[in-house]
Amino acid sequence: MSEAAIVAHGAAGRRTWNRGAMVALVGLLLVLPHIPGLASDFARSLLTQMGIAAVFALSFNVLFGQTGLLSFGHAVYFGMGGYAAIHAMRAINHGFPLPMVLVPLAGAAGGLACGLVLGALTTRRAGTIFALISLGVGELFYAAAFMLPRFFGGEEGISASRTRGSFDLGIPLATQLDVYYVVVAWGLVAAALMYAFQSTPVGRMCNAVRDNPQRAQFVGYSTTRVRFIAFAVAAMFAGLAGGLHAVNYEIVAADALGAQRSGAVLIMAYIGGCAYFAGPVLGAIAITWLSSSLSSYTPAWQLYLGVFFIVMILYAPEGIAGLLLRHRAATRPSRGGWARAAAASVPLLLIAAGAIVIVEMGYRLSTQAELGTRMRVLWIGLDAASAWPWVLATIAFAVGAIALPRVLRSSSGAPGEAS
Amino acid sequence: MTPALELCGVDKRFGATPILNGVSLTVEAGERHAIIGPNGAGKSTLFNVVSGALAPTRGSIRLHGHEIAGLPPYAINRRGLARSFQVTNIFPRLSVFENLRCAALWPLGHRYCFWRKVDALRDAREAASSTLERIGLASRRDVPAAVLTYAEQRALEVGITIVGGARVILLDEPTAGMSRVEADRIVALIRAVSEGRTLVIVEHDMSVVFGLADRVSVLVHGEVLATDTPARIRDARAVQEAYLGTLPDA
Repeated sequence: MSEAAIVAHGAAGRRTWNRGAMVALVGLLLVLPHIPGLASDFARSLLTQMGIAAVFALSFNVLFGQTGLLSFGHAVYFGMGGYAAIHAMRAINHGFPLPMVLVPLAGAAGGLACGLVLGALTTRRAGTIFALISLGVGELFYAAAFMLPRFFGGEEGISASRTRGSFDLGIPLATQLDVYYVVVAWGLVAAALMYAFQSTPVGRMCNAVRDNPQRAQFVGYSTTRVRFIAFAVAAMFAGLAGGLHAVNYEIVAADALGAQRSGAVLIMAYIGGCAYFAGPVLGAIAITWLSSSLSSYTPAWQLYLGVFFIVMILYAPEGIAGLLLRHRAATRPSRGGWARAAAASVPLLLIAAGAIVIVEMGYRLSTQAELGTRMRVLWIGLDAASAWPWVLATIAFAVGAIALPRVLRSSSGAPGEAS
Repeated sequence: MTPALELCGVDKRFGATPILNGVSLTVEAGERHAIIGPNGAGKSTLFNVVSGALAPTRGSIRLHGHEIAGLPPYAINRRGLARSFQVTNIFPRLSVFENLRCAALWPLGHRYCFWRKVDALRDAREAASSTLERIGLASRRDVPAAVLTYAEQRALEVGITIVGGARVILLDEPTAGMSRVEADRIVALIRAVSEGRTLVIVEHDMSVVFGLADRVSVLVHGEVLATDTPARIRDARAVQEAYLGTLPDA
């Protein structure tokens, strides 16, 4: 990490939420599902998914950003929380006296229980060993989900109803809007608790263990114990997110704890900016939106997502949150950041347009030949069977790729890359 | 009175290679004890064994009468022994203040507390602030430790070691790589903070050693050659031959 990034992180760590921003945020979350364009069940469902993903990504970052533990199996705790919650919902369906809105607590308890047991085993080591063990644990649970169908329900999963219970505290959970508000409420509670955890003595020691585990031992702390506590906290909030997932979908299946979800949460935290508390939330929103909206525009959405992830890692490792803060710095008069960004945007757009046209035509020819070769890409009608679109797209891509480094060099006094 | 630190027949081998050979050493409570010796004599290994970074192959190490040989570093630290490192060993992304406060938390009894805000802990804040003043980094309070200059990081290294108020302090070459002025400041600081505590210091700079220490031990080839007052160590022929005659660095 560069010196500037370290300074930025130090400053961000102390930037405290002021009350006004907090009230504005809550107000925004309350009116969001009534804003024209977002007032449909589809949009509300998307907002609900974003909220669940945000809690999950924040919990992942307790491990990753705060404690320096890279887990490839964090979905295990999401999934186990989800299963705990769905079984709690079934019990409620059969008359157990608990209001449905408290079901996410069962998810949190499930995640915490798993985190305590598995954390005791896996946090003895850090670094690569921890990452590999987490991968193994993830595979183990995914396999178990098919081997123990009574609890996991096999491929179909376990389903329950969120509306059938003995009492509901006046919160019926009938519509998507109800579920959205429940997710917002639990999400705010979870985010506030995770934010508070950062500034407790043990939360601070998580940072110390991340920075220098050896030294942490010589100021009296067992690194294993600190990691274990962070792990349990992360698992508990992942379980809470899993509980919200169960309430939202009324079904939990093996995919809830699979490797794909574990990978997705890592990407969310990283793209959002894991050095910032709110970073994973931004990543969760971006990735959830991309994977649901982009997929309705193009069959190649996963390819774009992958390219986006790689570009972010290479050129903006501080994530979306870091980019936002960097641009704030760039608006100061002493820096030519905006001019540079504007100059670079032309070749970047050429590269992107060329690549998108080529990818879309290639996908059409190879995977959707039945739709014919005439298509619209970027509002342009073209025929993938003719050579011209290919040639023009390649030229656009090449011109952009050749021009980009020159533009960057001429528009900035300092040589080197934007890191 | 029980010695602060008592080593008895301590061996350390890496495979077949002996690094420490039957080291026996007594450091009295309240004493400033320097360990000198040529490069490769085993000084840093001795510190690592005493502080728990390495387990001794054989032998007994007592801290205020309690056996500590082979305990993990945090357990030894909790019994009142703190150490610094020859190569700067700080928390690079935490602020200077946060580095010091983290090192003060356990000794003040805050342990694995997750129900209180760290900012609300007055004792930890005050310990960190006063140490910050003492090591002369008050103006650098909120910058990440990674951006400090080398000398500032060395001062912080000492600060992390002393902030918890440990009764026994081990300093591994605290002035290494410092200018004369910077070294003088650190030595004055060490003299002040070791008042009423026990200090064991590894140091190459002989002016620091002879100015600071009550007693000096000479370590050569993993064995303690002599332990005596600085004046007598300076005069001892064996020591001169083994070490002072061929001043390696410093």
